[in-house]
Amino acid sequence: MIEVDRLTKRYGNLKAVDEVSFQVEKGEILGFLGPNGAGKTTTMRILTCFLPATEGTARVAGYDVFENAMEVKRRIGYLPEHPPLYDEMTVDGYLQFVARIKGVAPEDRRRRLLEVKETVRIEGYGKKLIKHLSKGFKQRVGLAQALIHDPEVLILDEPTVGLDPNQIKEVRELIKSLSGNHTIILSTHILPEVSMTCQRVVIISDGKIVAVDTPENLTRQQQGAAHIYMEARGSEVELQQRLQQIEGVLSVASRPLGEGEVTSYRIETELKQDVRGRIARSVIEEGFELLELRSLQLSLEEVFTQLTTQEEVRSQ
Amino acid sequence: MRNLLAVIDKEMKVYFASPVAYGVLTVFLLVSGYFFYNILTVFIQRSMMMAVQAQQFGGGAPAMDVPALVERNFFGIVSTIILFMVPMITMATFADERRRATIELLLTSPLTHFELILGKFLAAMGFFVVMLLPTLVYHAFLYLYSSPKMALQPVLSGYLGLLLLGAALISLGIFISTLTESQMVAASVTFGVLLILWVIDLSAQAAGPLVQEILGYVSILNHFDDFSKGVVDSSSLVVYLSFVFLGLFLTYRSIESWRWRT
Ligand SMILES: Nc1ncnc2c1ncn2[C@@H]1O[C@H](COP(=O)(O)OP(=O)(O)O)[C@@H](O)[C@H]1O
Ligand SMILES: [Mg+2]
Repeated sequence: MIEVDRLTKRYGNLKAVDEVSFQVEKGEILGFLGPNGAGKTTTMRILTCFLPATEGTARVAGYDVFENAMEVKRRIGYLPEHPPLYDEMTVDGYLQFVARIKGVAPEDRRRRLLEVKETVRIEGYGKKLIKHLSKGFKQRVGLAQALIHDPEVLILDEPTVGLDPNQIKEVRELIKSLSGNHTIILSTHILPEVSMTCQRVVIISDGKIVAVDTPENLTRQQQGAAHIYMEARGSEVELQQRLQQIEGVLSVASRPLGEGEVTSYRIETELKQDVRGRIARSVIEEGFELLELRSLQLSLEEVFTQLTTQEEVRSQ
Repeated sequence: MRNLLAVIDKEMKVYFASPVAYGVLTVFLLVSGYFFYNILTVFIQRSMMMAVQAQQFGGGAPAMDVPALVERNFFGIVSTIILFMVPMITMATFADERRRATIELLLTSPLTHFELILGKFLAAMGFFVVMLLPTLVYHAFLYLYSSPKMALQPVLSGYLGLLLLGAALISLGIFISTLTESQMVAASVTFGVLLILWVIDLSAQAAGPLVQEILGYVSILNHFDDFSKGVVDSSSLVVYLSFVFLGLFLTYRSIESWRWRT
């Protein structure tokens, strides 16, 4: 349904999107995960024909976004980062306007209006001025706007950003309920969001795709304590042996750290089990002094950590 | 066509939801009414004075066409008041769509740039017409009390001139509104540019014959004079329509360039 091929977008010297390629199948929800500034919005703006690409191509429902922009626009519902609302209009007036410019036939407009209001659960709010709505409701009107012409493809740019936890939950459920009938690309910088709503994830960082996988795989790898780092004081040889007897431990490598009898250990464990508790207990029971114990991240996780820590720094 | 109507409809809703619109309408009505009243009293006094003088010094009273003079001066004043109103009418057209990111909705909808720009232009013209409508009452008043009945042609050509002048200034204002995300900046720049046009017009009147001719052709305000005298000159029509076309064309290019700007 969506084919993106070596898409590149330059702003002056900055490569905001760098040779990005991916596909989305019909009916699929694809998560587009990456920290702020990764290039998510830029990619989506190219897909929605708002911006032209510098290089590469993108096709939506078989139509090139550059050559056949009108056909693409007819088939896409787009919720930009900031919902594109006219505060001074009523919800109904606004949705009527969007229906008109999206080409909904006059005889279908009333019905579509009722349907999308029901879908995003704003039935009672048609006569309200948009400026009097809460943030969560504005976001729903934004979604209703994207849905009004019943598009094949939905592109949602950080649809839950700035909402409170309850609203986030509702919007996520709403998006999930839309899959199947629609092909959806959803961007986010929050990992759990992707695992909750998406079937496949593209991780993008600094304009480049760093991973494409299912959220299950990503989450499993994230939780799996595949490698554990430990520092402890006490006899290195004895502790080595003790560690190797613990269930779930595959191998242990150690290296003395110099001062006292402090040694660092790198313990490889089975993916499915979290053995950190067992390790800690046996180290202490054997009378060793436990100084540090933490799981080492896998490379994909490192990507995530990098993403999420950058996010934390930014949001502080 | 359907898209065009949708855009016009939405623009009108947005106009009349804004207090700015009512401010513009009120101020225009008050200021134009004030000037109409002033011009009228001045010319009535003058004609009475002339009648008195004629009686004192004998001889017939010189013909003084009060309604024609009032009309001519009134249209002249209104064409100047418009300079202050147009920036308010056009400032939001594109600047505010960018500020509130609704431009993303408009430009990702199956709507051509032409439909979008023309829709906004026609809506601004619609607002402009609404603003001018109450002034019809002044002319009706003049007509009722004029004897012999005044000629209506200068009124018609005057309004035609106002519409053309308004269209030219509005297309310029819409173009300027594409250059910024701030309504205030758009309004100020538009006002500045219109002032420059006004100054060109004034200096054309003061300059020597050759310069006067050249500047007079460029100055869109100068072309308005003919209309207020009841003359519809085809060259003035061409100048105004070219100006409108230029403004809308620049708007089109400007919108294209947002997308390509890097
Ligand atoms: N209009 C623009 N002009 C110049 N640089 C831009 C523009 N839009 C985005 N950028 C830059 O491109 C990079 C990617 O931005 P964006 O696509 O918005 O990322 P994301 O949506 O993932 O946060 C950022 O470094 C951003 O500063
Ligand atoms: Mg973004």
